[in-house]
Amino acid sequence: MPKGTETAHLFASGHTACSGCGQSLGARLVMRAAGRNIIATDATGCLEVFSSLYPFSAWEVPWVHSLFENSAAVASGIEAALKYLGKLDQVRVIAQGGDGSTADIGFGALSGLWERGQDVLYVCYDNEAYMNTGVQRSGLTPYGATTSTTPSGKLSFGKAQQKKDLPMIAVAHGVRYVATASVAYPFDLDRKVKKALGIIGPKYIQAYVPCPLGWRHDSALTIQLAKLVVETGIYPLFEYEDGKLVGVRKIGKKKPVEEYLRPQGRFRHLFETEAGKTEIARIQALADANIERFGLIEKPKDLQKPQDIIEKPAEKAAPTLRGFTPKELSTFDGRQGRPAYIAYKGKVYDISASPLWRGGIHQDQHLAGRDLTAELAEAPHGEENLAGLPVMGELLP
Amino acid sequence: MKVTTGAVGLPGTSRQNKTGSWRINQRPHFLHIRCTACDLCALCCPEGCIYGNGRNTYYSDYEYCKGCGNCAAVCPVDDIEMEPEKGGLPEGVFVFYDEEEFRHMSTA
Amino acid sequence: MVRKMLEGSQAVAQAVALCRPAVICAYPITPQTHIVAELADMVASGELKSVYVNADSEHSAASVCLGASATGVRTFTSTSSQGLLLMGEVLFNIAGMRLPVVLSCVNRAVSAPLNIWNDQQDSLSLRDSGTIQLYAENNQEAADLIYLAYRVAEDHRVLLPAMVCLDGYILSHAWEAVEIPTPKEVDAFLPPYSPLYKLDPEEPRTFGMYANPEVYTEARYMLQRAMEEAVTAIQEASHNFELIFSRPMPGILEEYRTEDATTVILGMGSLVSVAKDVADELRGQGEKVGVVKLVSYRPFPKEMVYEALKGASDVLVLEKGISLGSAGPLLLDVRSVLHGPHQPRVRGFVCGLGGRDVTRQTIKAALAEKELVDARFLDLKADLELEGMGQANRDRQPALARGARRKRAPRKEGINSA
Repeated sequence: MPKGTETAHLFASGHTACSGCGQSLGARLVMRAAGRNIIATDATGCLEVFSSLYPFSAWEVPWVHSLFENSAAVASGIEAALKYLGKLDQVRVIAQGGDGSTADIGFGALSGLWERGQDVLYVCYDNEAYMNTGVQRSGLTPYGATTSTTPSGKLSFGKAQQKKDLPMIAVAHGVRYVATASVAYPFDLDRKVKKALGIIGPKYIQAYVPCPLGWRHDSALTIQLAKLVVETGIYPLFEYEDGKLVGVRKIGKKKPVEEYLRPQGRFRHLFETEAGKTEIARIQALADANIERFGLIEKPKDLQKPQDIIEKPAEKAAPTLRGFTPKELSTFDGRQGRPAYIAYKGKVYDISASPLWRGGIHQDQHLAGRDLTAELAEAPHGEENLAGLPVMGELLP
Repeated sequence: MKVTTGAVGLPGTSRQNKTGSWRINQRPHFLHIRCTACDLCALCCPEGCIYGNGRNTYYSDYEYCKGCGNCAAVCPVDDIEMEPEKGGLPEGVFVFYDEEEFRHMSTA
Repeated sequence: MVRKMLEGSQAVAQAVALCRPAVICAYPITPQTHIVAELADMVASGELKSVYVNADSEHSAASVCLGASATGVRTFTSTSSQGLLLMGEVLFNIAGMRLPVVLSCVNRAVSAPLNIWNDQQDSLSLRDSGTIQLYAENNQEAADLIYLAYRVAEDHRVLLPAMVCLDGYILSHAWEAVEIPTPKEVDAFLPPYSPLYKLDPEEPRTFGMYANPEVYTEARYMLQRAMEEAVTAIQEASHNFELIFSRPMPGILEEYRTEDATTVILGMGSLVSVAKDVADELRGQGEKVGVVKLVSYRPFPKEMVYEALKGASDVLVLEKGISLGSAGPLLLDVRSVLHGPHQPRVRGFVCGLGGRDVTRQTIKAALAEKELVDARFLDLKADLELEGMGQANRDRQPALARGARRKRAPRKEGINSA
């Protein structure tokens, strides 16, 4: 076997996942990163169904599936047993589950595991719905997505709530390492798993895994969608260590959310009505908020800080209007380097900068330093030409 | 087939199931022209059935390949193309039915 | 062997400690909490070298034990009532995976209405789970059945979870003299746990697989056979227990003054002590009354129950439970084995629910009953009005009129005749 691939098949071929399944890829990458010296648990869901149909098992590592809501609790028990046997430093415990079993039905057990501070890495494979039972919404289904229990229709545009922010809930529990990942960035996921396994205590990785069947997209788009979800800012990739944000994956060129939403049948309804555009805008706003919150886009160095722009108008306080007598105005005739002013309808304008008033004369006819109200009335143009000219004062009678 | 106590299974036995039998109309063709051995195709295969060691050595094990097309989509130098299925699919595992019993059950 | 004055929960805790479980995981619920608090004390003092995990729920507590047991070590949990029901799903799972988790159930009534006092509705309602159920009459048995539970559960012919049931408050919070063996004696009776399969990177296995119709039936059949083997395993272990500890161990059932009895009272748990008192009293008056104490409810020892009851003409099953819509679970099980040539009348009585005392009067009222009942509620209070039931209606507890068959008309020839 080629070097570096020894662990690439700890999740073996021959499993019955759908063609292009993101979760099977996620599991294989996690096992590849983790190696042989682990014990893994799994919750009821697609992964356990397609990997453990008796007598065929895709797991080359010790693995146990119990129920839907107790992957974290079973992992707790394994950790306790390894602690008793004095093997916790050699053997790592990895608990796995889908988004439904992690965020919803298994939430209590997961919180218990975290609160007890046990040495377990929990990996949530987030395909954003209860897929194995036929695409029902979960707490991690994104805003606006169609599922069989949040279908779009005349009165609905899909799921009305945003994703439950599990990573921040993990941070609030004091989970030592919290990271999001995507199967489009396998090296990143690999690094995160390895990093997590090097930390003692509870760890949480939420891995985004597309589902061609549930999301209704081409099986060849699995990796591409997993990339777009990051490049739009919808799924920010970040790492927290002991409560501090220590890393984000920056977006090079931000993609608009439409590019991510359009290829998926579960969002198609958003493109079919005018009202859908509002929803897409909302999704764009959510993505932009993520970009802002995590600083996902590099700002160029010479970009002014927002404060500069606010300060300048304050400096540019409107000057007090000065009164000009006709005699005083006549001294501003634009000759011999003097400024050129004209008066119109009681206001005195500075026309020095205008190329049409070189030397204080306009069209070889009109002279600066005078009240041109009557002459402008006969001009081929109107007073709109005065717009934007600095007002220097008022013409006194 | 033996039913063990507690239906406990043996590791890696899924390899008996040749999922290549699933392919319908396409499979990956590795051109071996521009390959840089970046390993992305092997990494991104959900089946884990792409192998390679060095430039222009990568291939898909058609016994397991389901023809999803992600390897071709992900190759940064476009050295993988999806080509029409050339036939000769492996036999899938018919665990569940004895051929005779299956026919007997059929109403056809 | 040391004789101590112990609260029932202490007796159980000390027995568990002597079995040295690697992982103890529980969630508090009245009235079992004393057991796990006692064990926590022992761990904190260094006296017991277990890893003690505080669960976030009973479902998680049982799941922690599942995971630890699958990793190949001895485990223990304890619960009651709602907690047992909450971990019900996990017990089915543990049994299906053939893991020998041992737990104690301090029997308590189930909600609604809420009630913390004793009855056996909790454990009886999980009789289908594949968990061995052993019922203690007194604190000595509560402790002794723990050693027996580990020994039988871990037997490779069995490999099932085992639950020791003791009546809440009546036993758990009562002080009795209990003999506690030495570690050496316990080790002589209980060998270290040697799992058949376990989670080990050296030899990976896949637990909790998905089974299609093609194999699922066989897996469940194997469970039923394991339960049958458990009867043998319990009997063998009981004999061995008596040899090592020099104390009686009726692991399956105990017969009290049944040799020539025409009337036999059958029950489980602490009410058997009262039944024995009634039997003694009536024997003193010349009546041939005996008592059968059933210890192993699951597996239900069909042949032994039959042998113990076949000589009687009248069997009264008293139980602290009811399968709502049918009869008492114990009654149903007992009736199911009495279809031989000797057919005592078997009648069922429900008593002691929600902590209502089972007294000699209770049992005598059962003996005085003439009808062929299968779920006669004893001790119903006459002075309580029950909404929706008129006075005439409220005491109407239908009896089964056995033998009254409707005459059927002979079948006519037609399309459906053979």
